[in-house]
Amino acid sequence: MQFFQLLISGVAQGCIYGLIALGFVLIYKATETVSFAQGELMMLGAFGGLVAMTMLGMPYWLAILSAVLAMALVGALIEMAVIRPILGQPAFSIVMLTIGVGYVARGLITMIPNIGTDTQALPVPYKDEIWKLGGLILNVEHMVVIAATGVLCVLLFALFRYSKLGIAMQAASQNQLAAYYMGIPVKRLNSIAWALAAAVASIAGLLLAPITFVHANMGFIGLKAFPAAVVGGFGSLPGAIVGGLVIGLVEAFSGFYLPDGFKDTAAYIVVLVMLMVRPNGLFGEKLRKKV
Amino acid sequence: MRFIFKTEYAQDIGLAKHEGHTFWYSTLVLLLLGAPWLFTEYWLAQLTFVLIYSIAALGIMLLAGFTGLFSLGHAAFLGVGAYTHAVLTNMGVPFPIALACAAGLSAAVGLVVGLPALRVKGIYLGMATLSFGFIVEEVLARWESVTGGNAGIHIKKPNVFGWVLETEIQFYFLCLLLTMVSTLGILNLLRSPTGRAFVAIRDSEISAQSMGIHLAQYKTMSFAISAALAGVAGALYAHKLQFISPDQFNILQSIDLLLMIVIGGLGSVHGAFLGAIFLITMPQLIALFKDFLPAVVGQAPGLQGVVYGAVLIAFVLFEPMGLYGRWLKIRTYFEMFPFYRKGMFKRQKSFQKSDRLK
Repeated sequence: MQFFQLLISGVAQGCIYGLIALGFVLIYKATETVSFAQGELMMLGAFGGLVAMTMLGMPYWLAILSAVLAMALVGALIEMAVIRPILGQPAFSIVMLTIGVGYVARGLITMIPNIGTDTQALPVPYKDEIWKLGGLILNVEHMVVIAATGVLCVLLFALFRYSKLGIAMQAASQNQLAAYYMGIPVKRLNSIAWALAAAVASIAGLLLAPITFVHANMGFIGLKAFPAAVVGGFGSLPGAIVGGLVIGLVEAFSGFYLPDGFKDTAAYIVVLVMLMVRPNGLFGEKLRKKV
Repeated sequence: MRFIFKTEYAQDIGLAKHEGHTFWYSTLVLLLLGAPWLFTEYWLAQLTFVLIYSIAALGIMLLAGFTGLFSLGHAAFLGVGAYTHAVLTNMGVPFPIALACAAGLSAAVGLVVGLPALRVKGIYLGMATLSFGFIVEEVLARWESVTGGNAGIHIKKPNVFGWVLETEIQFYFLCLLLTMVSTLGILNLLRSPTGRAFVAIRDSEISAQSMGIHLAQYKTMSFAISAALAGVAGALYAHKLQFISPDQFNILQSIDLLLMIVIGGLGSVHGAFLGAIFLITMPQLIALFKDFLPAVVGQAPGLQGVVYGAVLIAFVLFEPMGLYGRWLKIRTYFEMFPFYRKGMFKRQKSFQKSDRLK
């Protein structure tokens, strides 16, 4: 029983990591840049939901929807304002830039009086509910995370498989220049990729909020999502979710069966081993430069 | 505008290119030597911090600015150095030996971290060093019998073979000496074949390899030197604060170290120092201007983060060569007056270069 309990909480936590990692991968595939601001976007999304629910008094679904849409807009704006001008510069500049964006986002949130500096609970309708299934005690919050991740994955799969937009994004991620020559508006697609990544991150934030509360530093969980993205292979969307699940499960089980201290480092140990053994990740594409 | 006619090879590799350099750097050294009598105690302490951070910045500049490898976990090396030094000093080991051990152990750890650098590139290396940083922080917090855990440890005053450095001024001179030695060391390294090899690897791994540069050897060497310098800085840092705990060596410290070299100017030794000055004086400047801002903004705990982030974004967007690049532009403007053109330092627009195919 203990085992299944750990399994479910690990999967739920892994889904969160996977969703944030999905954001990294979306941005990486579209623009070849790594966003260190993903955790902060998630934090902003959670705060957006909080403001919509408690201050504007919106009903649950409307609040979720408006928070996600607002974050998509923020993502697109970030891309247009700061990322687009320096595309093509060394990857490191862009990493530093997104770190800067993260700093600004975290700082600005703490400047909002009464909200930013406190730790708040997101008033969701399924708060603190429990399902009993045989001997298992299922936390509804965890089940919602798992279900929402599943639905989101199906939606994203459909987007990339069947819609014109998704196919254009695939083309641009394989070869931007060729895609541009074929008449695909690559710049606009990059903005959409950022918007999508921010929206996914805010969904992750809204799902995580009932479990961990909303506070300005919740974005640091994004640093755990990096291992997820690397384990899955940085350029693979299903890889991000699988990587997230791997990291979540490893964390849950090592926290229980291994001595103290392993819970926080397990993810990083896994990623180091992964980089030594299989640098391209589980689903990563393996390409060699030809001279 | 100064025209230098080089008639000898020694002139070409000389550290001071012309009399101007000799004059200004001598003035700087004299100023630094006289600093204890020129500045108040508070500013001398800040200057000591600048020197300590400069040593760490030199190390990470060598790695990131000259070899093109990025470490997102450099605070770990700082931590390894600081803890090694603190533990040895408290056991009564004299300062120079403890410092050498701190640098040596950091370098050894750097070698180990450098190993994945041989297989992974770009962002994956960032991930590897990031993970490593977290693991070291956790080890420092959990290995309580040696490191004292989260409670941290105190460190005794530096003791150079029985001569104890009691005052701040003595410690300042110790930092100054070590900074000068490391700077000259780095400058010498950069004009040697090894340094040239580092720069070649940064510019193109494939061409460096075809010129006969052993990539694995030079990359691990760069990691080891960089880590050793971080270890030295960590040892001095421990002495300066007299108390260290694992959370001083977390990811934010690593980002601060990177921020320092990006703002100072990647790929220039001057940049390491300018970045260190920026990192130390910025909190003071923010504190000065805080009172002029409305209370909501001025008293917010996140103000420093916003300013750091905004400055970082501004530098990456508008001044990718950092403070040193800005200085170069200003100098060129006056040197060439009235012939300076706007496009002289313009970045070339490049097509998206794919990391995946490297």
